[in-house]
Amino acid sequence: MKPSTLKQILLLTDGCSNRGEDPSAVAALAYAQHITVNVIGILEEGQTEQSLSLAEVENIAKAGGGVSQLIYKQALTETVQMVTKQAMTQTIEGVVNQELKQILGKGNTLDDLPPEKRGDVLEVVEEISETANLEVLILVDTSASMHHKLPVVKEALIDLSISMNARQGQNKFVIFGFPGKRDAAVKIMDWTERLENVSSVFPKLATGGVTPTGPALREALHEFSRQSLQRSKANDRISEYEEFGN
Amino acid sequence: MTESPNMKSSATDLRSGMRLTGKWHGGTYPLLRKLGSGAIGSVYLTERNGAQAALKISDKRTSITMEVNVLQSLKKVQGHFLGPCLLETDDYSSPSGKLYTFYVMEYIQGSRLDDYVKKKGPEWLPVLLLGLLEDLDYLHQAGWVFGDLKLDNLVVSDNPIRLRWVDVGGTTQIGRAIKEYTEFYDRGHWGMGSRKAEPTYDLFALAMTALEVIHGNRFKKGEAPKVTLKKALTRAGHLRPILEKALTGKYPTSVAMKQDMMKLLMKQKVPAAVAKQVPPARRSKRKAGIGECLLLSSYGFVCYVLYLLQ
Repeated sequence: MKPSTLKQILLLTDGCSNRGEDPSAVAALAYAQHITVNVIGILEEGQTEQSLSLAEVENIAKAGGGVSQLIYKQALTETVQMVTKQAMTQTIEGVVNQELKQILGKGNTLDDLPPEKRGDVLEVVEEISETANLEVLILVDTSASMHHKLPVVKEALIDLSISMNARQGQNKFVIFGFPGKRDAAVKIMDWTERLENVSSVFPKLATGGVTPTGPALREALHEFSRQSLQRSKANDRISEYEEFGN
Repeated sequence: MTESPNMKSSATDLRSGMRLTGKWHGGTYPLLRKLGSGAIGSVYLTERNGAQAALKISDKRTSITMEVNVLQSLKKVQGHFLGPCLLETDDYSSPSGKLYTFYVMEYIQGSRLDDYVKKKGPEWLPVLLLGLLEDLDYLHQAGWVFGDLKLDNLVVSDNPIRLRWVDVGGTTQIGRAIKEYTEFYDRGHWGMGSRKAEPTYDLFALAMTALEVIHGNRFKKGEAPKVTLKKALTRAGHLRPILEKALTGKYPTSVAMKQDMMKLLMKQKVPAAVAKQVPPARRSKRKAGIGECLLLSSYGFVCYVLYLLQ
């Protein structure tokens, strides 16, 4: 029952996608592979919610089984960690709900339990979100309009790693920027437990004009499959050793 | 956590003046007045069996249910009174079909700590903190860390006069990641430690609360957070060494901090007469603040010691 590792993509953007496939479709594809897609839309000062197509931000997160939030950049720090935590809880609750249905029969979700009984179940949810391992791929829109928001993004990511590393479970983060020079997205920081040294990579970001959100999400998805491929190879090696030992 | 103006609020189903009925237990509660709102839900003044009570409601139902769990387990250690007493918990399904969870708790009436100290005099700050340190010790011994300790979550109750916490939204089992916090009071934000739930986490937040009362506002961390804290401490008068130890995690337990505070207060007993002469000056010069006042009273104390030594 315990999901050993929760996988998330965190998309930080300030504009609508304007190139390539529909990002929501890619998000749905990710969700089908148990990767949650969360989206934070960063508004410009004085900008209204309409100008940053609220619909797209919401749709991507909905298709990706995740959480979305539109905010001004000052609120980014608290939002990034809130969205990440909320998505974790949501995923775990989903798993727990499925288990409940299996144990208690159809129509028995958390909502069908009175609050007193729900407490015990949620205790388990909380326990899992404290101890589960978490892998977050952070996908940062680095198009020109994001340029002056990047210092705030950097702060928020450092803060996210402080929050997540206070948990008992392991964390791994990787950062991608999009668009890349040739590809839709490029890895700007490899998998790491801590984001404190994120400062060193951020000034390097070249900012481009187009926003290929869909293709960039696909690139992110590939990274996860590459990673699990590597892991299964590593596991093979371990089991080989074990056989050798026997 | 105070509601950020930058965040979209989804609670349009709820407003003061309406009544809501629980889905499971059928209790009916009027929402008389909004007492506050935060990242997780809003708190309203309500009525239960003819007496005032507080009702916290949110669509973040997991968080609300976890708060109920905390309040329930606090009840078990309530030989001493820890936190507000839990009265009822239920769901509310709004006409728009959205599901909320709420709980009703004791309404702790009183004033804000900063207002109280402003009105009654700076000597009340350490006295009130002393009582809170005792409660924190009980809480820590029961395996919990308060987490979101801040001015907004504290109330000076009248009878008995005691500093009490009113919102357990951040209360976390020791050893886990702090559930909810507010930047100014969070040692992680200041680069002074982790966000793991440990007694030292609460003591840092408590010291920041004291500094906020002394300064009359929250100050920004700036480029060099440690320097900012050092500077802020200079206005803390005779509380300075204690607050400094709390900020740097030198007190492993609330008891250790409480003992230092007690020593300080007992020492201070005699020059109270000197301190009494100070308030008029303070009133005429509001800006001088508590720090100076504390400084004057400790100055009085030094004079007294010198007098004794003669």
